[in-house]
Amino acid sequence: MEHIRTPKVENVRLVDRISSKKAALGTLYLTATHVIFVENAPDTRKETWILHSQISTIEKQATTATGCPLLIRCKNFQLLQLIVPQERDCHDVYISLIRLAKPVKYEELYCFSFNPKLDKEEREQGWMLIELSEEYKRMGLPDDYWQLSDVNRDYRVCDSYPTELFVPKSATAHIILGSSKFRSRRRFPALSYYYKDNHASICRSSQPLSGFSARCLEDEQMLQAIRKANPGSDFIYVVDTRPKLNAMANRAAGKGYENEDNYSNIKFQFIGIENIHVMRNSLQKMLEVCELKSPSMSDFLWGLENSGWLRHIKAIMDAGIFIAKAVSEEGASVLVHCSDGWDRTAQVCSVASLLLDPHYRTLKGFMVLIEKDWISFGHKFNHRYGNLDGDPKEISPIIDQFIECVWQLMEQFPCAFEFNERFLIHIQHHIYSCQFGNFLCNSQKERQELKIQERTYSLWAHLWKNRADYMNPLFRADHSQTRGILRLPTTPCNFMYKFWSGMYNRFEKGLQPRQSVTDYLMAVKEETQQLEEELEALEERLEKIQKVQLNHTKVKSKPSEPSKHSGFSTSDNSTANTPQDYSGNMKSFPSRSPSQGDEDSALILTQDNLKSSDPDLSANSDQESGVEDLSCRSPSGGDCVPSEDSAKDRDSDEAVFLTA
Amino acid sequence: MEFSELIRTGRAQAELLRGPEAPPLRGTLCVTGHHLLLSPGPQATSDLWLLLLRSVDSIEKRVAGDSGTITLRCKDLRVLQLDIEGVEATLDIARSIEALSSLESVITSFPFFYRPKGLRLGDAWHFHPPEHYYKRVARETNAWRLSEVNEDFSVCPSYPRAVIVPRAVDDDALKRSARFRQGGRFPVLSYHHAPSGTVLLRSSQPLTGPQKRRCAEDEEMLRAVLAGARPGARGFIVDTRSSQTAKQARMTGGGTEAKAAYPGWKRLHRPLERGRPLQESFVRLVEACGDLEQSMDRWLSRLEGCRWLAHVKEALSTACLAAQGMEREGACILVHGAEGTDSTLLVTSLAQLILDPLSRTMAGFQELVEREWIQAGHPFQLRCAHSAFSHARPKHEAPTFLLFLDCVWQLGRQFPLSLEFGEGLLLALFEHAYASPFGTFLCNSEKERCLCEVRTRTHSLWSGLNQPKEQRKVRNPLYVLNPLAIWPSVEPQSLRLWQGLFLRWTRPPEPSEVAWEKVWQIVTDKEKTEGSQPTVSAPEPQS
Repeated sequence: MEHIRTPKVENVRLVDRISSKKAALGTLYLTATHVIFVENAPDTRKETWILHSQISTIEKQATTATGCPLLIRCKNFQLLQLIVPQERDCHDVYISLIRLAKPVKYEELYCFSFNPKLDKEEREQGWMLIELSEEYKRMGLPDDYWQLSDVNRDYRVCDSYPTELFVPKSATAHIILGSSKFRSRRRFPALSYYYKDNHASICRSSQPLSGFSARCLEDEQMLQAIRKANPGSDFIYVVDTRPKLNAMANRAAGKGYENEDNYSNIKFQFIGIENIHVMRNSLQKMLEVCELKSPSMSDFLWGLENSGWLRHIKAIMDAGIFIAKAVSEEGASVLVHCSDGWDRTAQVCSVASLLLDPHYRTLKGFMVLIEKDWISFGHKFNHRYGNLDGDPKEISPIIDQFIECVWQLMEQFPCAFEFNERFLIHIQHHIYSCQFGNFLCNSQKERQELKIQERTYSLWAHLWKNRADYMNPLFRADHSQTRGILRLPTTPCNFMYKFWSGMYNRFEKGLQPRQSVTDYLMAVKEETQQLEEELEALEERLEKIQKVQLNHTKVKSKPSEPSKHSGFSTSDNSTANTPQDYSGNMKSFPSRSPSQGDEDSALILTQDNLKSSDPDLSANSDQESGVEDLSCRSPSGGDCVPSEDSAKDRDSDEAVFLTA
Repeated sequence: MEFSELIRTGRAQAELLRGPEAPPLRGTLCVTGHHLLLSPGPQATSDLWLLLLRSVDSIEKRVAGDSGTITLRCKDLRVLQLDIEGVEATLDIARSIEALSSLESVITSFPFFYRPKGLRLGDAWHFHPPEHYYKRVARETNAWRLSEVNEDFSVCPSYPRAVIVPRAVDDDALKRSARFRQGGRFPVLSYHHAPSGTVLLRSSQPLTGPQKRRCAEDEEMLRAVLAGARPGARGFIVDTRSSQTAKQARMTGGGTEAKAAYPGWKRLHRPLERGRPLQESFVRLVEACGDLEQSMDRWLSRLEGCRWLAHVKEALSTACLAAQGMEREGACILVHGAEGTDSTLLVTSLAQLILDPLSRTMAGFQELVEREWIQAGHPFQLRCAHSAFSHARPKHEAPTFLLFLDCVWQLGRQFPLSLEFGEGLLLALFEHAYASPFGTFLCNSEKERCLCEVRTRTHSLWSGLNQPKEQRKVRNPLYVLNPLAIWPSVEPQSLRLWQGLFLRWTRPPEPSEVAWEKVWQIVTDKEKTEGSQPTVSAPEPQS
């Protein structure tokens, strides 16, 4: 709290990004965990809540006649433009937020104060929802070829790996240790996914310390062991997910890649996925495009292409597809690595697993997948997502890219996933929110030291509890197309990669489809179920009545009430009924003023826009947390607001046609 | 004329390749007057394969050794490859297809021979005449009347027999106004928006010419329009050309309304692409979509270079502007470009779709297409003579109607519950506009259709589409009546390439079909459950 210079500023204006003329007047509050803007409009009192940990950058712009503009960009792609009347207040808010957005120790993060009012037992159960040991069992492990190794007990060998790992049976502790010494940060090859149908596996590691000529017998034996663990194939693929040039450059630093001459029976393959710095810049460029004010189609498409974002997404997908094909079609095992084996490797292994195994396309399976390939294998969440103040060059949207890959697949295969787009968006939100302990720290070891499970709550339990919101009504688990491996078309289809406005422009509701098929179908399904239940009840009653009738008793029966449930037809009409600014920045609808000349040289008059009420059918978890009354609500209260609901606005902006 | 003169060879053995996803088909190839047939032979499991020759857009032949290959690019953007045994046979078949697919005579075209089972001639032709729409207008307002001034098509050859005009204007004034408008297309009612009491009109450009001619009756007509709307109503003329182009048109006798001559009316210029540039945009897009070898790096800039999505954005924005003017500003809107048969119709039909819930129903949309495109005189025969593959230099071709369908698709994507029809109907309309066994899209105007007796001698597409067996394809199971206007977002982030059309034949169709099945299943499950409510009849009171 000591970092808050001013807890409350009045008469602040929240500028609407689509039409700069409209701004909501309100009060800005700074709390220990949130920035809150409450509009003055008495009938709405619309509130916007921003978690400090979501703040990516704060920009104080030059003071103008109207006040001092403050631009807050969030990691969940929300953009807030405030105008504070007094420069001094603006400065105070700015300085406070700079500090609040960059906590220096874990204890400052929201998850340590967040209390969803669950008791200890419930919390513990929450953490037990996703168990990796269960997942390995599901894969069919241990078996004749693979065993659980305790070589990394107490993180003795590799501090960024989990303690429980599966390795080939023939890989002795000696081999593993030797191999670990020959790999960056001692991240030796370990099992990521086992395809029990044909015994092929996906293993992961970091790059070998081969330099220009170094060899390591144990490392070579380790790869042999992986190959032998798959009797159906006489070679393994080694996939280096970096561009060849990057890998070669690493050789000069004593790192590098496997020399095919030294390892017997490997097929080595480069897949050029760029590094974290390229990805960070690419996202930055794409977000600049998203922020453009009424861009033309050309501005948008050129900007999107120049950002390179979709090209990077495709590179990751291609790598995943390559591996999934190697495993399922060629029956070959694959060892995947990049440099440290915790970014690109995590992306590629999880995309391949998702393509191969329908289990990962279910709600729970997807949580398991993230737990396995990202959390347990030491993806550096803290560094990549900037939870604590750190090196900005370490920040990069690596898991965001994976999440987008999943979305791109969902677009291609609408029936293959049990969960919907909202599920992905909420996971992305919470990776940055620090509201739950799952994504804290850089490794399992650090999380254990912090006693995360005793002090914070698990996101998975929270999502699972609200799973009804995350279901994909089109999911067809039984269909031949979605049952096994997801087969992408053989021809290279660039066009399948689309811009994900539901993620990157998601706070601009006006840009999104105004009606949700998912919500509608879920409501229909629910209603069908209700009707079925009612039907059953009615049939029961009918039976009774008939019995009663037999007893010659007069009974008046009530007809059924089908009108009771008609709530779902409310497709979002109020939003639908708000036009956008179609006049562009050009003059439109000249006023009645006796304007000069013959032509339509008149004023801009249609400044209405689409930012408007959103009776978001997605009844999210925050609904219960009544956002109306600020005073009776502790900032650490049961607020699980993933995003879109943080802004509630009941009035729709009517078009304001100024007819002067 | 006998088709047999054009058929150079009866039959040949061939193999048909239908793209990467479909299995090849072997059999006997046969050219008839209107079709290309492939009969897979008695032992084969698959049925006869049939292609309407009219739907062939371009044909390419290659011979090597003793066999040949014909590549057929169809108007619905399919690409087919036929491997044929025998060089002579290949060349003969290619020549036959070439000759037969480019026949220009309307009355020998297939619709005049097509007699499907279950349909009766003349069944659906009375569905959507202007009289029908006028009945609705008359219920809403008294300010308009149905005029039969064009009964013999002499006032305006591209208008239907009856048009809706201000009650205060008599037929003589209409004739004079027609002389002042290109092609005789005087301002007529396109849509009456009852909630705001305003109207949407369309016409062609006024023939002001370099002398800035005026026409009292034309001016009087627009004055009457304002007087007939709510008191104090203003008007906007949405010219679909830039003000530069509109001014230049004066040199060739055209022009635009002078401000002083039409008090209460203001002019807005919203240039929309038309004619050859639009056709070229379409051709480039189809080319880009068919290029499977290109890298991701260049795909977006190539898409940008096609400009198609920019045209979609412009068309939708202009339609929204017109709709907004009516709904929000309470203004009357007159839309015209030059001829008033292309971008004008694009704007007026889209504006109605945005504003009018009735036009978003299955029947309403069919009526809209019939009234605002077919009867309004969009020259389908000229515009849709060739699709995106033709090597011939385009003369009159332009995919204006396709652009309309694309815009409707975008509306449907943004409001997935508000249109009663699905993508299937839009795809069908695209196909049938370019090549069809039905007569609906034949000819360029009502006048021509009358001369050819299209209505009595061919079947209507509407009765074809409204058969029960087609419903799963064309209907949107998610439809819920939305009584409000649907305002789409026209930001680039909100517009997408219509993959269902442009990539229809290059991507596997199954995933979306599987999803569509599921949507139907969910909805019909509910209907079934609702239907199975037991009826509890109250027992007879026993005395």
